[in-house]
Amino acid sequence: MFGYYLQLGLRSLRRNPALTALMVMAIGFGVAASMITYSVFRAVSGNPIPDKSSRLFTPQVDSWGPQQNSRGEPPDALDYVDAMALRRAHEAKRQTLLYQVQMSVMPGGDRDLPLAANGYAVDGDFFPMFEVPFQYGSGWSAQDDQARSADVVISEKLNRKLFGGVDSVGRRVNLGGHDYRVVGVVRPWNPKPRFFDLFNTGGFKDASDFYMPFTRALDLKVRTGGSNSCRGKLTFTGWDDFLQSNCVWITSWVELDSATAVARYRHFLESYAADQQRAGRFAWAPNVRLRDVTQWLDYQQVVPPESRISLLVASGFFLICLINTIGLLLAKFLRRAGEIGVRRALGASRREIYTQYLIEAGTVGLAGGVLGLLITVVGVSGVGVLFPSQVAKLAHLDFSLVGLTLLVAIIATVLAAFYPAWRAARVQPAWQLKSS
Amino acid sequence: MLKMSHLSKVYRTEVVETYALRDFNIDVKEGEFVAVTGPSGSGKTTFLTIAGLLETFTGGEYHLDGIEVSNLNDNARSKIRNEKIGFIFQAFNLIPDLNVFDNIEVPLRYRGMKSAERKQRIMESLERVGLASRAKHYPAELSGGQQQRVAIARALAGSPRLLLADEPTGNLDTQMARGVLELLEEIHRDGATIVMVTHDPELAARAQRNVHIIDGQVVDLAEEPRFHAHAGAGVSQGQA
Repeated sequence: MFGYYLQLGLRSLRRNPALTALMVMAIGFGVAASMITYSVFRAVSGNPIPDKSSRLFTPQVDSWGPQQNSRGEPPDALDYVDAMALRRAHEAKRQTLLYQVQMSVMPGGDRDLPLAANGYAVDGDFFPMFEVPFQYGSGWSAQDDQARSADVVISEKLNRKLFGGVDSVGRRVNLGGHDYRVVGVVRPWNPKPRFFDLFNTGGFKDASDFYMPFTRALDLKVRTGGSNSCRGKLTFTGWDDFLQSNCVWITSWVELDSATAVARYRHFLESYAADQQRAGRFAWAPNVRLRDVTQWLDYQQVVPPESRISLLVASGFFLICLINTIGLLLAKFLRRAGEIGVRRALGASRREIYTQYLIEAGTVGLAGGVLGLLITVVGVSGVGVLFPSQVAKLAHLDFSLVGLTLLVAIIATVLAAFYPAWRAARVQPAWQLKSS
Repeated sequence: MLKMSHLSKVYRTEVVETYALRDFNIDVKEGEFVAVTGPSGSGKTTFLTIAGLLETFTGGEYHLDGIEVSNLNDNARSKIRNEKIGFIFQAFNLIPDLNVFDNIEVPLRYRGMKSAERKQRIMESLERVGLASRAKHYPAELSGGQQQRVAIARALAGSPRLLLADEPTGNLDTQMARGVLELLEEIHRDGATIVMVTHDPELAARAQRNVHIIDGQVVDLAEEPRFHAHAGAGVSQGQA
């Protein structure tokens, strides 16, 4: 009977065209508003590394104290002293320090101008920890970190610019006036949000061009190309002074595989902070944090508040559209009370009438979904009006959003039709047939 | 075939109870052609809708084709309606958006019949009422008489045990009414049980037996001389 009811439903779209058009428009605009804002929300609120997000942690140590920190929370990054201390302790299965660097890249030949490139100084564990996908080669090893090797991993985009996209592993590239050996080429990779560097990016930025060893960057005194947050009067003059200052600019990540490992690492952090207090470096009680990826994204409020608000407003608008649709469906269905009476007389049970009208509502929902899809296409390309450009360009229409738009429109309309269809099924056939 | 014993139907409001049928008794045998007559508001249509399981009753018993129907749920009542009863209404009650073929198909769809069998039955019914060439026409494209023939074809398509007709010629002119009546007589001769509600004494006279209802009760016309004189011959006592 489903096919029969579907056929009746599609046929009924042509009946009362004005009423049908009103419903289709209400559902179309309602679902489109929800889907456009959802496309943004989805882009900014997704888990960027779902299979490991509960095993990756970023440690924080309060090196500023209660007078200078924000609302009792440790700073969002580490200063050099703490970062290096955690690195030396090596209490985790894997660990990396990282900071953002900017360098000019000298292409081969004499005609090309230098390219500005953004990258990270990282430890070798960075690549397996964050599941960085390689097109050619791989990252470097812990031994290479210790040896302060002049290795570099470049992006697929930079590889295309410098080497025409061929396997460039073993080739030389000049970064900031120094030669590096290419050990790996990363496939297009740009986790959204960029959870491992919220300190510098806020979560959304173009993909990095290269990754160089943290130890090498320090040797070459490469300054951070990202944020650098300090407290109090700044008195340092040179690189070594800067390294000993309270400025935070290094992010640390550790990989911990079990609850025991997490507890052990947390204990280590507290012990470290207590040691610093005893040594007189910290004049306050240990104040440390160890947050996993999800907790870190929540704490940093990566999802822009306007994204949440607009999703709520759009959902509210959709709800109002659906409430209107309930009234319109009721009018559409009960206008056919005579037909319902005839169908009941000819053998339709209440359940069959109910099913018929729910399926009919589904066809209205489908039509509304198609209209909503067209509006969503236009709307997604125009989200820049409402959201910052870095966020807006994340919103896109893919197969899942197309499917979701149609599915939401159909399901929501069928739900809205529960009451009108119930009323239709309760029509008393005797009264309808007597009155006709 | 259809037996009602001490049946009553009461419409209740907060302040008043109205008896549409009271201590109503009737027994229609298989193959009978019974006309039910009575003045407006006497309960004829209520009787017909209860007989057709379109309405429940308040008290008494009703056996349809040997089945006591008072305790059946909606699904069971709908199934009986679909399989055992054919309706013919005064206003034809064809579905305007469906063509003739699709209108006749409605009860067969609810029976879950296969497509080929549906098609065969529809065409046979249409041929029987002489409208095989109008299968693709919509009701609005047919005359009143043709629409009523389609309604009869729809009622016949499911091979019901009982045909219930409510003023089947009420909306037709004399010539069309005669055609419809002849069709009903032909269907009866073929063995169908027909219960027909009518105001029309001439129509009632064509039935095998007449049942007269006044104030929701079957009455003995020998005790109702005024109606007898007005209604003319051929009206007999209803069976209790």
